[in-house]
Amino acid sequence: MLKKTLLLAASALAAASAPASAHNLWLLPSITVLSNTGQTVTVDAGASTHAFEPNHAAVGSEQVRVREPDGTQGSVTNAAKLANRAVFDVAIDKEGTWRIGMTREGISGRFKVNGEDWMVGGRRGPPPGAASGAPPRGGAQGPRPGEGGREGGPGGPGAPAGPGGPGGRMRIDPAHMVASVADIPAGATDLDLTESASTNEFFVTAGNPTPASFTPTGKGLEFVPETMPTDLVAGEAARFRFLVDGKPAAGLKVEVIPGPARFFEAADTQTLTTDANGVLTVTWTKPGFYWLNTEYADSKPSDSHAQKRKLGYTATLEVVAP
Amino acid sequence: MKKSLILAAGSAGAMAVPAGAATITVTIPRLQVAEYNRPYVAVWVEPTDGSKPRTLAVWYDVDKTGHEPGTKWLADLRTWWRKGGRSLAMPADGVSGATRAPGAYRIPVPANLKAGSYTLYVEAAREEGGREFVSVPLQVPAKDARASGSRELGSITISAR
Repeated sequence: MLKKTLLLAASALAAASAPASAHNLWLLPSITVLSNTGQTVTVDAGASTHAFEPNHAAVGSEQVRVREPDGTQGSVTNAAKLANRAVFDVAIDKEGTWRIGMTREGISGRFKVNGEDWMVGGRRGPPPGAASGAPPRGGAQGPRPGEGGREGGPGGPGAPAGPGGPGGRMRIDPAHMVASVADIPAGATDLDLTESASTNEFFVTAGNPTPASFTPTGKGLEFVPETMPTDLVAGEAARFRFLVDGKPAAGLKVEVIPGPARFFEAADTQTLTTDANGVLTVTWTKPGFYWLNTEYADSKPSDSHAQKRKLGYTATLEVVAP
Repeated sequence: MKKSLILAAGSAGAMAVPAGAATITVTIPRLQVAEYNRPYVAVWVEPTDGSKPRTLAVWYDVDKTGHEPGTKWLADLRTWWRKGGRSLAMPADGVSGATRAPGAYRIPVPANLKAGSYTLYVEAAREEGGREFVSVPLQVPAKDARASGSRELGSITISAR
């Protein structure tokens, strides 16, 4: 419980990969299959309890990366942050499969200095105690943008309480919060740090899909589709392989959720497991947009400061009627 | 008006159906709707062994160019698009053509289609309208067969000669 609270408070990543009880980050493209180039995809981005329901917080597009079919980095235009969701455009000017999304990485957790609790990777938001219920500074202007890349309005109504919030959460002196592992004081003990990396993306194909867009790098948790993710049809099975550090992620639990939730029943959520080869087989029950989400944890962080590793992967998938 | 007449009259003839060859007839129904646009239609065959589909005809807004060319909406024929439409460069010789007015249109079964068992697919998508997808088993050498759409497509027939 304590750890979960800390993670939620400490890491913007939590919103991207946390279970359904937290605020989930989602990206919703206007279209994913295009006949030709010269078209533009408009994307909604938000964080809310259920995917694709803009009722909590906008997610700025600053961290969005556009990977063009040939691997070059593209760009986002017309970005705007609205009350409940952000919007941005991506001009699709090359044929093939585009990957558009964000990867958040960081190290967070706690440690002790002279027996006192310290925290690393915390958000630099309002000081503890000022979080829940307190009006944001700046009054009607609302939360200040760009602080620590967090997507939620700091301390806004309905926002998760920060450290020091109600409910017996651990209080950490703001002076004991450091931004990165480089700031950990010498002599720190009891390090309990988690390295996190979480990707949230969607795909757009103009013309023919390009499987080469999914060539794995061999690092972290990767999605390697056997069925192109812009070729999904209700009633047909799709196969996606998951890799961790280039090896099949067998037994990985993956949630496949149609959205927005208010148009579906809980029973429409599928919780599936990858096979021995790391392959997930999904049969889409209905057409629409799906939010696919998985998490993986082990004790093989790439950074020597951390003891644990937590990896997340989320994709928005469009499924058409047959 | 004149153009559509020529198209309607010439469509079967233009395909130069050889005597005795099997033909497919695709019927585009007349619809009583406030705003009617001729449908985009794709006709293709897929071997039942799952090998590569072959497009026989695709009718789209060939003349529309500019910011939103007629090709933009080809992906609305979404099954055809996925089954191979997207790998066909448009316009495609002997395959693509302008949209057709309501009526019945004959398409020859290609003489070089190898003997075997196929499925014929016809997909139609109409602006401000719906989309429909009809399939009929096709044997080569051809046997008579028929199917019918319910709204966007009328009868689809295969005639042995």
